[in-house]
Amino acid sequence: MNFPQIEPLGEIGAVIRLGEEIDPVVHSLVMAFAELLAKEPFPGLVECVPAYTTVTVFYDPVQVKLAEPGASPWQAVCSWLKEAAGRIELAEKATSGKVVEIPVCYGGEFGPDLEFVATYHGLRPEEVIALHTGTGYRVYMLGFVPGFPYLGKLPARLVTPRRSSPRPQVPVGSVGIAGWQTGIYSFSTPGGWQIIGRTPLRLFRPEERPPVLLQPGDTAYFRAITPEEFAELTREKYES
Amino acid sequence: MSLKVNKPGLFTTVQDCGRYGWRKYGVGTAGAMDVFALRVANILVGNREDAAGLEITLMGPEFLVTEETLLAVTGSPLPVTVEGEEVPLWRPIFVPAGAVVRLGKVWQGCRAYLAVAGGIEVPVVMGSRSTYLRAGLGGLEGRQLRAGDVLPVGKPTPFSQCLLERLRGRRRRVSVPSWGAGREITRWCQPRAEVRVIPGSHFDWLSSSSREQFFHSSFFVTSLADRMGYRLQGPKLELARRKEILSEGVAPGTIQVTPAGEPLVLMADAQTTGGYPKIAQVAAVDLSVLAHRKPGDEVRFVSVEVEEAQHFYLAREKDLMILRRALLLRGEEGKVVQS
Repeated sequence: MNFPQIEPLGEIGAVIRLGEEIDPVVHSLVMAFAELLAKEPFPGLVECVPAYTTVTVFYDPVQVKLAEPGASPWQAVCSWLKEAAGRIELAEKATSGKVVEIPVCYGGEFGPDLEFVATYHGLRPEEVIALHTGTGYRVYMLGFVPGFPYLGKLPARLVTPRRSSPRPQVPVGSVGIAGWQTGIYSFSTPGGWQIIGRTPLRLFRPEERPPVLLQPGDTAYFRAITPEEFAELTREKYES
Repeated sequence: MSLKVNKPGLFTTVQDCGRYGWRKYGVGTAGAMDVFALRVANILVGNREDAAGLEITLMGPEFLVTEETLLAVTGSPLPVTVEGEEVPLWRPIFVPAGAVVRLGKVWQGCRAYLAVAGGIEVPVVMGSRSTYLRAGLGGLEGRQLRAGDVLPVGKPTPFSQCLLERLRGRRRRVSVPSWGAGREITRWCQPRAEVRVIPGSHFDWLSSSSREQFFHSSFFVTSLADRMGYRLQGPKLELARRKEILSEGVAPGTIQVTPAGEPLVLMADAQTTGGYPKIAQVAAVDLSVLAHRKPGDEVRFVSVEVEEAQHFYLAREKDLMILRRALLLRGEEGKVVQS
């Protein structure tokens, strides 16, 4: 398959596909493309959603038609997107993401699936924690609920399938594993990821700009904390 | 000026045209399920089209209007009374101060929209007043209406004032003009089973018989149907290609196939990304058809090209522009009559 591919998402959207696998290089292209469109939006561009291998763009056909009356909005958007895609090869591939440390209290009531993950891989729980905190993770995308980051890739020895039956309620801040991904529940919701710990940090902050702790392109590190530190950080959060 | 809610109805929320620009952070757009019907209601009372109104589901609310104002109701038909007097949909309605407005049971379809001159003025959260239930954002405390709620109403635009003065009359009683939005507008929300779709990125993943069935079978809205999405019942759709999909952008109108082979249509409160195969996308103009389908209703999918769908999209915008102009003329007439 040749990339990029441009596919319609109805008459108000388009998907630009830049690869097929979870891969930092493909994702750098995704971020470079999204950043280019943010810097130089085409007429009628509403917003962009970067994901693992794709950027989804939304546009207003009326504005596109006003800017390019001779073509159909879809034709005009396709030619603008192709032109932009041709330029990202030249653009800076490394993104300007920030590095964020996430304190996590592992196991016990905060991480009810830590034991399962350890047993599944023939590891001790401390080894799971050492592996999970031992590497930096790229924020590939946000989705599912506001502020929920999809991080990857996990070390091969932690790759674990989702729970066979989802939990009706996963507490906010829960850190989970699903396949090659690790993520943080930014809201209490039903969920099927293996929960190994919990962070006291707030992932979604509607009153702040940006309204999220982690953005696509950022790098996250996890740091193990004790239940006492968790309680202390939670107190600070409510005082501020 | 405010609306005092005596009865909330079955499920009533504050909605505007949606919250845009935040989907990269996982924040869905929310907004009216039938944005077109809400825009028409706003135009009829002289509001900005993106002002916040009420989205009513199956059973309407009852509320008291503290000051004289204009209201308009659009969408699925339901009985509407002001001080016990029945008033029509799709027209501006002059409502005197202290009047009680009752919206009854939707008798065909599912959702109706109510606009009030000045718009519902709940706080703007991330650029919109829409209620986003999934995150408890926007609207009135991020939730559906309850009895006893007081909804603040904004200052009417000069054009709303002009229309209001024209309709008030000497007796300050309920009054409805003989004009409003005609068939060229209401035809876009007419109840029908056919919904136009543009085949999606993973349409070819369906087996050839399922591709055939998708366009030649009846599907029915199940009871799992809300602002987030509708699960449909019909022939089981088989995937010829089974490969794990990396999550990517989805939108209101995206039709995914669940592992059980059911089509799932995402609606206004859709999440921003999804990992099921995207077999089709409902044409944006036909979200105004789907928004009025309720559990048990039939849905049939008709394939269209992107450019065909854009043709309808632009045609509908043109109809709205004509309505706006017609209304401006009515306002001008009002001025002449008074001077």
